[in-house]
Amino acid sequence: MSRYLLGRIAQAALVLWGAYSITYLILYLLPGDPLSIMLSASGMEIDALSPEQLAKARAFYGLDQGLLERYVNLLLGVLQGDLGQSLTLNRPVTEILAERLPQTLALAGLAIVLSLIGGVGLAYLAAYVRWQPLKVFLARLPALGFSVPVFWMGLLLIQVFAFGLGWFPATGSVGFESLVLPAVTLAIPSAAVYAQVLQRGFIDVWREPYITTAFAKGLSRAQVQARHGLRNAALPLLTLIGLQVGNTVSGAVLVETIFARNGVGRLVQEAVLRQDIPLVLAVVTVSAAAFVLVNLLVDLLYPILDPRITHAPKVT
Amino acid sequence: MSHLIDVQDLRVSYHSGGRVTEAVRGVSFHLQPGETLAIVGESGSGKTTVASALLGLLPTTARIDGGRLAVAGQDISHASERSKQRLRGRVVGLVPQDPMVSLNPTLSIGKQIGESLLLRHGKRYPGLDADVLELLEQVGIDNPALRAGQYPHELSGGMRQRVLIAIALAGEPQLIIADEPTSALDVTVQKRILDHLEQLVRARGIALVIITHDLGVAADRADRVLVMRQGEVVESGIAREVFSAPSHAYTRDLLAAAPAFGATPKPVPVETRGAAPLLEFDAVGKRFALPRGQHFQALQDLSLAVYPGQTLAIVGESGSGKSTSLRIALGLEQPSSGRVRFAGQEIGGLGWKQFRPLRQRMQLVQQNPFAALDPRFSVYQSVVEPLVSFGLLKGRELEQAARQLMEQVQLPASYLDRLPRELSGGQRQRVAIARALALKPDLLLLDEPVSALDVSVQAQILDLLRELQAELGVAYVLVSHDLAVVASLAHQVVVLKQGQVVEQGEARQVLEQPRERYTRELLEAVPGRRLAVA
Amino acid sequence: MTVLQRLIPVAGDAAPWRPRRRLQRLFDQAGPLLRRPGFVVALILVLFTLVAALAPWLFTQVDPYATQPSAKLLPPSALHWFGTDELGRDLYTRVLYGARLSVEAALLAVGLALLSGLGLGIVSGFIGGRVDAVIMRIVDVLLALPGLLLALAIVTAIGFGTIPVAIAVGVGIIPGFARTTRAEVLRIKTLPYVEAARLGGASWTSTLLRHVLPNAWGPVAVLATLDIGAAILATAGLSFLGFGAEPPAAEWGTLIANGRHFLITAPWVSLLPGLFLVLVVFSLNHIARTFEEIQR
Repeated sequence: MSRYLLGRIAQAALVLWGAYSITYLILYLLPGDPLSIMLSASGMEIDALSPEQLAKARAFYGLDQGLLERYVNLLLGVLQGDLGQSLTLNRPVTEILAERLPQTLALAGLAIVLSLIGGVGLAYLAAYVRWQPLKVFLARLPALGFSVPVFWMGLLLIQVFAFGLGWFPATGSVGFESLVLPAVTLAIPSAAVYAQVLQRGFIDVWREPYITTAFAKGLSRAQVQARHGLRNAALPLLTLIGLQVGNTVSGAVLVETIFARNGVGRLVQEAVLRQDIPLVLAVVTVSAAAFVLVNLLVDLLYPILDPRITHAPKVT
Repeated sequence: MSHLIDVQDLRVSYHSGGRVTEAVRGVSFHLQPGETLAIVGESGSGKTTVASALLGLLPTTARIDGGRLAVAGQDISHASERSKQRLRGRVVGLVPQDPMVSLNPTLSIGKQIGESLLLRHGKRYPGLDADVLELLEQVGIDNPALRAGQYPHELSGGMRQRVLIAIALAGEPQLIIADEPTSALDVTVQKRILDHLEQLVRARGIALVIITHDLGVAADRADRVLVMRQGEVVESGIAREVFSAPSHAYTRDLLAAAPAFGATPKPVPVETRGAAPLLEFDAVGKRFALPRGQHFQALQDLSLAVYPGQTLAIVGESGSGKSTSLRIALGLEQPSSGRVRFAGQEIGGLGWKQFRPLRQRMQLVQQNPFAALDPRFSVYQSVVEPLVSFGLLKGRELEQAARQLMEQVQLPASYLDRLPRELSGGQRQRVAIARALALKPDLLLLDEPVSALDVSVQAQILDLLRELQAELGVAYVLVSHDLAVVASLAHQVVVLKQGQVVEQGEARQVLEQPRERYTRELLEAVPGRRLAVA
Repeated sequence: MTVLQRLIPVAGDAAPWRPRRRLQRLFDQAGPLLRRPGFVVALILVLFTLVAALAPWLFTQVDPYATQPSAKLLPPSALHWFGTDELGRDLYTRVLYGARLSVEAALLAVGLALLSGLGLGIVSGFIGGRVDAVIMRIVDVLLALPGLLLALAIVTAIGFGTIPVAIAVGVGIIPGFARTTRAEVLRIKTLPYVEAARLGGASWTSTLLRHVLPNAWGPVAVLATLDIGAAILATAGLSFLGFGAEPPAAEWGTLIANGRHFLITAPWVSLLPGLFLVLVVFSLNHIARTFEEIQR
């Protein structure tokens, strides 16, 4: 078992490294002179500098090194916890992230919990209800959920709950009330995905022969649904949660922008606008790390829920 | 004595997509306590609907249009869900059809049996664990303490079937419905389990209703039998009487088609003296490498010879290596030891490209007619594909060849335009045979060619294969677990068990005067022998 | 066959029927689709959007760039169906002209993803072994990068505008196509009829083209339709954040972003374009789901 664990961790590290490298390539390699981008990000114009100043700038940004050399240096730095210096804010990136990350984590955490409750609840309800019109309506609801752009939903919620009813503040990062609307907004797309997958899962599981066996024992519909239906239909959810981390992070960028929260999301939006390459690289890497970590956990948890999955190869 | 089941003029129909299908049309029968009744019929006869109705588990698309359906004195044709639920498990138990998928994969065996016990004895039942162990022992599962904590995927098919029987018995029902209890398992395993079930049921005075398409099973195990066809009861009575002297034409047809009883035509004898063997296996062995340095010996020291125009049957249960031998003959696997020769040429070490020319001379008919044809290809496209792949014919000649092939397999030429989903199982298998014959091969390899088909259709396909052999002189290698099928086609038989040859020789000798114990076991396990021999 | 039938060439038997039958089958399939009211409504909306993207002047006579300060921030009325924005421009017209940019970006993104993803999936599923492992690792890496962030990285590097946004979104969608295609190819590769074709002498190329691809395209088509909707949402997100086309041209995301500042006084400036977007994406989802249902 521990050999499998080591293998999975190694694989996760490999994926993370790959993610870092690809992002590095995109940012440093694609068209556009990195030097002029970085200079303009710092507020200087490339034409305004003398050749010595340019050479000094190049050395400062590490652009005088060869491609591979620079890459290796940056990577080593990351491994030691040094994510570089932000061009626009002139502070170590690690410091900036440490400041802003808790906000985003709180938002994401609450959103994930809400999305699970919402998604699972909706699917369970849709499967349990027998009145056709309501059942069909509930079944279609998730599709609406992921047709709605997160930022528009946020605006709508602000309009109704903040300006209209005044229950929650429209913007700001202070206090729990300001977390509610953003978290709900962020939770909706994920909840829709969970609801739909779970609904499909219920329908598929309901057709399985072991459900007939369960009924034949004399169990009531509610009992069969809870004990045999839900357990088996919910299995794919675990993998999904892992995959949804990416969507949650993406959504956080938009949600924080709308609700004017001081999180990493808004940070990266500003960084992109000003082409602050080190900051963008750092944020993307951290998100990839979160994704890889959560999926690793999911992978390791899976056998506990599904006894068919073991990590040892079997002879059949 | 009041009837345990009293069905009078039951009518059930299915309503879906705007169409109404009458599944059960005026069926009447009754069942006494402790009796064993077999309901026999092919697909579409309505027997499964009757079983579902008895359990109160008809799907929402079904409607009981009329008649009376009384179980233990209570009419359940229009009863509430709650009253039906109370009958399930406690009065009527179910042993489902396919043990591989009828157990919840995420709950342990002990818990699943425990559920039935709890429903019977109440939520706080102190004797729960002890009873679970006792039941497991009674149904013949070894090491009950260990098995109770295991999950379904850790048990073999036979053991899972026994667990399902334990679950049914746990509710202490008055009646058990066994749905197609023989289809999913090996013949010898089936026999043992059914023997055991019969014993348990008689010991407790439980009535048994067996739903089956297999006349042999009905003949062996039932006191009374009900023959159904397209929703109606065609014949009913005491099993022995019905089978020895059937009064309805359909029953007679069924009996004639069932390989165990019917006067199955024997294969046409073929002269082989002096001829060189077409396919030869010489001490062939096959070993699969498994992870972590382990090995699995699929075949050991297999030697056989197939002569032109003859049929050699390879018989065995699952894991016997019969499919592996077929794949080696086709060049899909390489033998680990020994040699394989086709028409004198060594084929054991050939690569795909080198093997390709030989493919014109040997072809395969696969087991599952429902997956053997590309669902997007018309019958014409499927049938001529081998000819197109080898570039042998074009245009008009291609169409001509297609029509000839359809004629050979006795399908109308108009079927060439149809898609597989518009054909029945038997028709699809004929198309598969036509496709295999397109290249005019000398040897046809048949992998369980009729096991997925209804009994009466099986007989038709076997007749067709026999005629084709006589007409075209094609040799067959037939792989099957069904001895009755083998008897109607084979000249030579090889019996395999776990990769090793148990017995081989002339068909007549192996099937009628077997020397080995295993062969005799296989023969005795064929359902219907009891009555046929009697 | 009778002697007479043997003498008279009946080649017409199989050949001329076939082409007609295939077209016939297509019509037979389309029929029940058109009888579903939901599907028809969704289809009409999507077609309307497509036509508006190609030729918006067919549906509105107003100039999208014509500012009219006196008519600023007017609520929806008979004259201005969606109301006007802060510069007095007719919102309905702006939405229609925005359709061109948004739809163009989405189609470009999905087209890019489809070609790459399909290619990767086929190679991966068909060849298997090391190649499969490597390609799947690359796909895993792409998956680890959250869609929006990957897009942001690309936009940081190559600049803002509709085309960069489309490329950025497209790259993020590739993993889905690659995985789905690969799963389908793997499933079909092991089916008996593929084996039968190979045993009948068919080459791998011919098996791929004639058996695997035609049977695999079903789920891929469903995914493509769903992804057009997802791409519209993603490109709207990017343009909302300010990385889209230069003003005064406006994609839907930019329109919604502009209206943010007037949320209290004139909510329709953000909400109505957004509503239109939601309806289009919802229709696409509905169409995709209908396809999936008839395939089952």
